[in-house]
Amino acid sequence: MTTMAQEFKASYAFIERNFNIVKRYWAWELVWLVYTVANSLAVSYIGLGFEKLGGGGLDGKYFVLYLAVGTIVWRYLSVIFYWVTDLVGLERWEGTIEYTLMAPITRFTHMAGQTAFAVVYSLIHTAVVLAATMAFFNITLAKANLWGFLLLLIAGSLSFIGISIVGAVLPLLFPERGSQMTHLIIAMLLLVSGVYYPVEVLPQWLQVFSWLSPATYVIDGARAALLDGAPTPSLWGYVWPLLIMGAIAIPAGLRIFHWAEAYAKRTGKLHRNG
Amino acid sequence: MNEVLAIDVENAVKFFGGNSRWWGGANASRLNGGSSAPAGAKVAVDHVSLQVRRGEIFGVLGPNGSGKSTLIRLIATLLIPDGGRVTVFGHDVTAEPRKVQSLINRVSVEASFFKKLSPMENLQYGARLYGVSAGETTARVLEILARLGLDEKSIYRPMEEMSRGMQQKVAIARALLSKPSLLLLDEPTTGLDPRSKRDVQKFVRELRDAQGTTILLTTHDMIEAEALCDRIAIIDGGKIVALNTPGKLKSLIRHNGHAPTLEDVFLELTGKQLAAEDEMPGALAI
Ligand SMILES: Nc1ncnc2c1ncn2[C@@H]1O[C@H](COP(=O)(O)OP(=O)(O)O)[C@@H](O)[C@H]1O
Ligand SMILES: [Mg+2]
Repeated sequence: MTTMAQEFKASYAFIERNFNIVKRYWAWELVWLVYTVANSLAVSYIGLGFEKLGGGGLDGKYFVLYLAVGTIVWRYLSVIFYWVTDLVGLERWEGTIEYTLMAPITRFTHMAGQTAFAVVYSLIHTAVVLAATMAFFNITLAKANLWGFLLLLIAGSLSFIGISIVGAVLPLLFPERGSQMTHLIIAMLLLVSGVYYPVEVLPQWLQVFSWLSPATYVIDGARAALLDGAPTPSLWGYVWPLLIMGAIAIPAGLRIFHWAEAYAKRTGKLHRNG
Repeated sequence: MNEVLAIDVENAVKFFGGNSRWWGGANASRLNGGSSAPAGAKVAVDHVSLQVRRGEIFGVLGPNGSGKSTLIRLIATLLIPDGGRVTVFGHDVTAEPRKVQSLINRVSVEASFFKKLSPMENLQYGARLYGVSAGETTARVLEILARLGLDEKSIYRPMEEMSRGMQQKVAIARALLSKPSLLLLDEPTTGLDPRSKRDVQKFVRELRDAQGTTILLTTHDMIEAEALCDRIAIIDGGKIVALNTPGKLKSLIRHNGHAPTLEDVFLELTGKQLAAEDEMPGALAI
C-alpha cells in the first residue's frame, strides 16, 4: 500500500517536470499552438474549397465538419504519441536519461506520469483547436454529444499510449536515428485510420490495417458523436474495441520497453560517452 | 557473513561492441558464465574484484579510458555485467536492481541536468523520484548548497547560466537529497577551479564523518586520491594493478632520494603518466 502511494507520488515528478519545461519554453509553446490551429483550419477549409470546385452538388458544410473532426482527433492522438515517444529522446538530449533510469521506480510509474501529462496537454490543445474551428466556420455544437466525444478521446488514449511506449523504444535502441524513426509509425497510422477520408477508399489490403488501428475507431466514433449527435450508449461499439486494444497495447508496450532497456544496459547504449 | 559489505565486486567483466547484433545476439552468450569477449569487442572492465566496507571512502585511480566510469555504471545498475557478480549491501545489481537503486546515488563527470530548468526545479524532480517531499527538498537544498558555497539567487535561475563548478555542486546536492547509503562519485572534481575543488573535497569528508555514507570515488588526481581515500585501487586497461591504503601503495616501491608519491607508484605499475590535474574530461590523458 505504501509503495503504491510512493509510486503514485513519484509519477508526479514527471508531470511537474514537464510542466516546468513547457513553462520555460512558453514562447515556443505558443508558436506550436498557432501552428496546430493553422494546420487544422487549413485542412477544414478543404471542405469549402471542394464545394466551390465541385459546383453545387456538394454540401461544403458537411465536408468541413467531416474534416474538422478528423484533424482535431488526429492532433489529439499524435500529440500524445509525441510526448510519450519523446520520453527517452528528450532525456537523452538533455543528458539526464541515466539519472531517471537509475531511480528506484517502476517503468509503469515513469510511463504513468509521462502519459498523464501528455493527455492533459493534448486535451488543452484540442480544446483550443476546437474553439478556433467553431469560430472560423460558424459551427455550433448544440446537438453534438460532447461527453461522448470526450469518452472516445480518453478510451482512444489508452491504446495510443501503448503504441507510443513501443515507439519510445526506438530512441533507446538507436541513439542517433531513433527519434526520427518514430515518425514512420505516426505516418502509417495516418494513412490507414480514415482521418480525412472513409477507409473504404483504400485498397482492400490496407483496409485490414484500418481495423487494427485504434485511431479508426476514435475518429468514426467522434464523427458519430459530433456530427450526428449519437447518444453515448450507442458509442459503445467504438469504445469496446479501444478498451481491448488498450488492454493489450499497454502491457505489451511495457514489456517491450523493459526488454529494450535491458538491451541498452547490456550494450552500453544509454550513454554515448563519458 | 556478519558484516555485509557496501560493495562486493567479484570478477566483474564488461565489454562493448564486437560482433553483437542489434537484437543482442552476441550478448546472449555472455550470460552463461562465459565471460570472454567476442571478437572485436572492447574490454572496458576486465575481471575486476574489490570490496568496499561500510563507511569507507574508496578511490579508483586511473587514466582516461581505464574503465572507471564503466565500473561505476555496473555498480549503479546502468550497465549489466557480462561476467562476474556485483552486489551492493548484499543485493545483486542484476537480480535486485530496484533494491540497489534505493540505496545509492551517483554524481557523474558531466552535470546532466535539464538546462532550461533551475537548480531547484531539477532537484525537485530528482528528489521526487526517490519519494522525497517538495517541502523537505526545498529546505535541504538550501542547506546543502549553502554548505557547498553556492549563492542562493542562482538556485532559481536556469542551469545553463551556471559555471561548471556550480553545476557540479548542484549535481552533488541532487545525489545527497535521496540520502544514499552509498555514494558513487565519478570524477567529481575534474574540471573544477581549485576553490570549488577544495569545497567538494571538504564536503565529501564531512559527509562520511557525519552520516557514515560509504563513498566510491574515481579520479585521476593523485593528490585528491591520497587526501580523501582510505584505500585506493589503481586501474589500468580495465584491470586492477594494485589495491591498498595510500601509505602501503607508496611503500610498494623504493625511490632513491625523495619519498615516493602516488604518482611514482602509478608510473612504476603502469608505465604511464596520469593526466594533468586540471584536464577537462574527454581530452586524451596518456
Ligand atoms: N557505452 C559505451 N559504448 C562503447 N564503448 C564504451 C562505452 N563506455 C565506455 N566505453 C569504452 O570503454 C573504455 C573504458 O571507458 P570508461 O569506463 O569511460 O573509462 P574512464 O571512466 O576510466 O575514462 C573506453 O575505451 C571507452 O571508450
Ligand atoms: Mg570516466
